[in-house]
Amino acid sequence: MSLSTLFTIALIVVILAFYTGQRKALGFRMSGGAPHSLPFYHGSWFAVCVLLPAALFLLVWSVGDGAVIKSIILADLPEPFASQSTQEIQLVYSEITQLGQSSFVSNNAAALAASGKEFQALHSLSAQLKYSFASVLVFIGAIYGWTRLQPHFNARVKFEGTVRKVLFLSASVAILTTLGIIFSVLFEALRFFDSVSIVDFIFGTHWSPQMSIREDQVGSSGAFGAVPLFVGTLLISAIAMLVAVPVGLMSAIYLSEYASRRFRAWAKPLLEVLAGIPTVVYGFFAAITVAPLLRNLGETLGLSVASESALAVGLVMGVMIIPFVSSLSDDVINAVPQTMRDGSYGLGATRSETIRQVIIPAALPGIVGSVLLAVSRAIGETMIVVMAAGLSARLTVNPLEAVTTVTVQIVTLLVGDQEFDSPKTLAAFALGLMLFITTLCLNIIALHIVRRYREQYD
Amino acid sequence: MSQTTIDIVNKNLAKRYAREKRFRLLGFGSVMIGFAALVFLLVTIVGDGWGAFKQSSVRLQLNFDQSVLSIEDVADEEQWQYGNYIGVIKAALRQRFPEMTSRAQKKLIYRMVSPGADHQVRQLLKKNPDWLGSIQEVWLPADDDIDSFVKGHVDRSLPESDRRIKDTQIALVDALQESGDLKLKFNTLLFTAGDSREPEQAGIRGALVGSFLTLLVTLGLSFPIGVAAALYLEEFAPKNRFTDMIEVNINNLAAVPSIVFGLLGLAVFLNVFGLPRSVPLLGGIVLTLMTLPTIIISSRAALKAVPPSIKEAALGLGASKMQVIFHHVLPLALPGMLTGAIIGMAQALGETAPLLMIGMVAFIVDVPGSFTDPATVLPVQIFLWSDSPERAFIERTSGAIMVLLTFLITMNAVAVLLRKRFERRW
Repeated sequence: MSLSTLFTIALIVVILAFYTGQRKALGFRMSGGAPHSLPFYHGSWFAVCVLLPAALFLLVWSVGDGAVIKSIILADLPEPFASQSTQEIQLVYSEITQLGQSSFVSNNAAALAASGKEFQALHSLSAQLKYSFASVLVFIGAIYGWTRLQPHFNARVKFEGTVRKVLFLSASVAILTTLGIIFSVLFEALRFFDSVSIVDFIFGTHWSPQMSIREDQVGSSGAFGAVPLFVGTLLISAIAMLVAVPVGLMSAIYLSEYASRRFRAWAKPLLEVLAGIPTVVYGFFAAITVAPLLRNLGETLGLSVASESALAVGLVMGVMIIPFVSSLSDDVINAVPQTMRDGSYGLGATRSETIRQVIIPAALPGIVGSVLLAVSRAIGETMIVVMAAGLSARLTVNPLEAVTTVTVQIVTLLVGDQEFDSPKTLAAFALGLMLFITTLCLNIIALHIVRRYREQYD
Repeated sequence: MSQTTIDIVNKNLAKRYAREKRFRLLGFGSVMIGFAALVFLLVTIVGDGWGAFKQSSVRLQLNFDQSVLSIEDVADEEQWQYGNYIGVIKAALRQRFPEMTSRAQKKLIYRMVSPGADHQVRQLLKKNPDWLGSIQEVWLPADDDIDSFVKGHVDRSLPESDRRIKDTQIALVDALQESGDLKLKFNTLLFTAGDSREPEQAGIRGALVGSFLTLLVTLGLSFPIGVAAALYLEEFAPKNRFTDMIEVNINNLAAVPSIVFGLLGLAVFLNVFGLPRSVPLLGGIVLTLMTLPTIIISSRAALKAVPPSIKEAALGLGASKMQVIFHHVLPLALPGMLTGAIIGMAQALGETAPLLMIGMVAFIVDVPGSFTDPATVLPVQIFLWSDSPERAFIERTSGAIMVLLTFLITMNAVAVLLRKRFERRW
C-alpha cells in the first residue's frame, strides 16, 4: 500500500471516528444529561482511541520488519553464499530483495531463486499481518473508546492530557536528533578506530584513503592521517574570516552608528540577501568565475596559482559569511546602552573614538561570540569547498595552492556506491565526528559568551 | 603664556576629524564591498544563464515515411517506441543539404541536430498519429555545439582544429540562418524535460518536481512538530534541567553543519531503518531535522509576542489552559510562525550537502511521480551539471541557478509581506 493511500485511509477513519464520538456525546445532551465535557472533546478523544494504537503499531512494525525478514532469509541461505564474509552476504541479500523485479538480472538468479521466493513470500506475509493487526487494533480501540464515552466521562481532561504528551514528544525530537547524531556518528567512528588507531588518525600527516582491492596492488596505501585535512580546513576558514570579520564588523558599525534610517532600511536586507543565496551557487561561482580570475591574475603577476586555490574558496566563503557576522554584531552593538554613547560624546569624543574606545570594548564579548559562530559556520561549510577546492590532501599553508578539507573528504568518501563496512566509508564518520565535536564546542563557547554578555546590560 | 586646554584640543582637532572621516569611509566601503560582491555574483550568473532560456532550433521537413519508420500503427506501443526516428531526421537533413554527398560531409550534417531529437519526433508522432505517411514541418533542437556557436560563444577566428564546430558546419549554419530555418526559440525543453547527458535535451522538470515533493514532506513534518515543540517549551515546560537541556540542544542544532544531518540520515534512516535511497521521503525527513531548530526558534518568538493580557482574559472567562492556547494564543501567533516556516523552507530548498549523503545525486532521467521514487532536487541538479565539461552545461547550470534564486526570492518576499500584513503591535 502506498504512503498516500495509507494517509487517506487514516484521515477518513479519524474523521469518521470524530463524528461518531461527537454524535454519541450530543445524544447525552438530548437525553437531558449534563455531560462533563463538550461533544467536541468526546469526538476528539474517541478519534485518538481509534487511531493512536494502530498508528504506533504500524510505525514500529514498518521500522522493524526489514531486519526480521533479513535475519530469517540469511538463516537459511544456500551453502556457497552462507560461508562468505559479511560484506558479500550484504551484497547477496540486496540481490535477493531485487530478484522479484522483472528488470533485474543476476548471475546468481538460479542459486538464489528459493531465497528470492521466500523473501517475496515473507514480504507479502508481513504486509498482510501488518494491516490485519492494525485493523484489529482500530477495532479494539473503537470498542474501548465507545464503552468509555459516558456523560460523566471527563473527555476534555483526557484529550488535553494526550495533546500535552504529543507536544512534549515534539519538543523531545530535538534531543532525539542530537542523540541520533552523536550515537550514529560515534558508533561508526569507533568501528573505524578498531582498524585504524586514533593516534594515527589525529596526528598522521598522510591522507590517502584509497584502499587496495587486492593485496599486491600498488599506489593505494590506505593511510588515514587527517592532519592535512585539518590544516586545509583551517587555512580556508582563516582566509574566509580575514574577509568576513573586518568587512562584516565595519558594515555593522556603519549601519548601526552612521547610516541614516533610510539607508539602513534598504541596505540591511540587501546585505542579508548574501546569506540567503544557496551555498551551491557560491560553489559554482567560486569554481567557474573566481578561481579562473585569480589564476589569470596570478599569471600576469608571475605567480603560479592553482586552479583550485584555497584563496578563491576562502574569498567566496568569506563573502557568504559577511552578513552572518554583520547581523550578529549589529545586534550586540545595538544592545550597548545609549547612555554609554552619550557619556562619551559629553566628554568630547568624536564618533569614531566613541566606537573604538567605548562601544567595541563594551560589545567585545558579543562580537567574539559572533565571530566564533562564524568560524564554526566556515568549518562546516560543504558545497563551496566540494565544488571549488581540491581533492588531494597536501600539507601546506600556501593559500595559492589547492588544499582539501574535512567536509570535501566526507563527501568524496560517501558519495557513490561502496559497501558500508570498509574503513574508507567509516573514515567519513570519524571525520564527521571531529567536525561535530569542533563545531559543537565552538557553538557552546560562543553561546555562553553571548549569554553572559547579555546579562550585563539587560 | 602657557597653553590652555582648548589650545591642546584645537591642535589635534584636524587630525581627529580626519581620522573620523577615514573611519566613516572605511565603514561605508565595507558595506559597498558586500554590495559589490552581490552584484558581481548576480551579474555573472545572469550573464551566463540568460542564454539557457533560448535554444537554437532547426526547421526540417520531416517525411514520416512508414517504410523508413517501420511503423504501421502508431497505437501499437512497441512499434511506436522502436520506430526509426533517427532515420527520418537524417533523411530530412540529407534532403535539406543535397550538395553534401561524401560520408564525412554527411556525418557533419547529421551533427547539426541534437542526438536526442528522435525523442521529440517520437512524442510529436504520439500527439499527432495522423502525421504518419505525411510530410510535416518540424522545429528540432540543434546540437549544443551549434547552439553555442549561434549564441556567439565560439570565436570564428580560431583555427578550425581548436573549435568543436567545423568550417563546413559554420557555412551550413549561415545558410540555415539566412533562409530562416535556424532560429533561437524559447527553450521549453528546459522546463519540460528531465536530466540528460545532452545539454540541449536536459531540463530541470525532474529536479523541480523532486524539490517540490521533498519540500512537501519537510513542511508536512517540520511545521507541526516545530509548532508543537514551541508550544510546549513556551507554554507548558516546567523550569527544570530537562527543559534547559532541550533549549541548549535546539540552539546547538541550529548551528550544526548541515552535512552532519546527512551523516545521521545515512547511518540511521538508510542503514538502520532501511528506508530506500535517493527518495524525496528520506530527503524530506533529513531536511526536517535540519530546519526544525529554525522553525522552533521563530515560532517561540511569535508565541512570546502574544500579550499575556489575552491569555489572562481567556483564563478569567473559564477557559482551560489548552483552550486558551489553541483558541487564542495560537491563532494570533500563526502569521509569525508561518513567516518562520517559509524562511525555513527557503533554507531547505537551497540545501545540498545532506542530500548528497543520502544518495540524491544519482543521474535520474524520469520525473519522480511519488514520495518513494528516486529523485533529485534543484540544488543537487545544479551541482551535477556544474561538473559537466560541456560549455552548454555552464549556461544551463546558471539558468537553473536563476530559477532556484527566483523561487528563493519569491519565498522570502512572501515571508516579508506576510510579516508586514499581519504584524501587530500590542
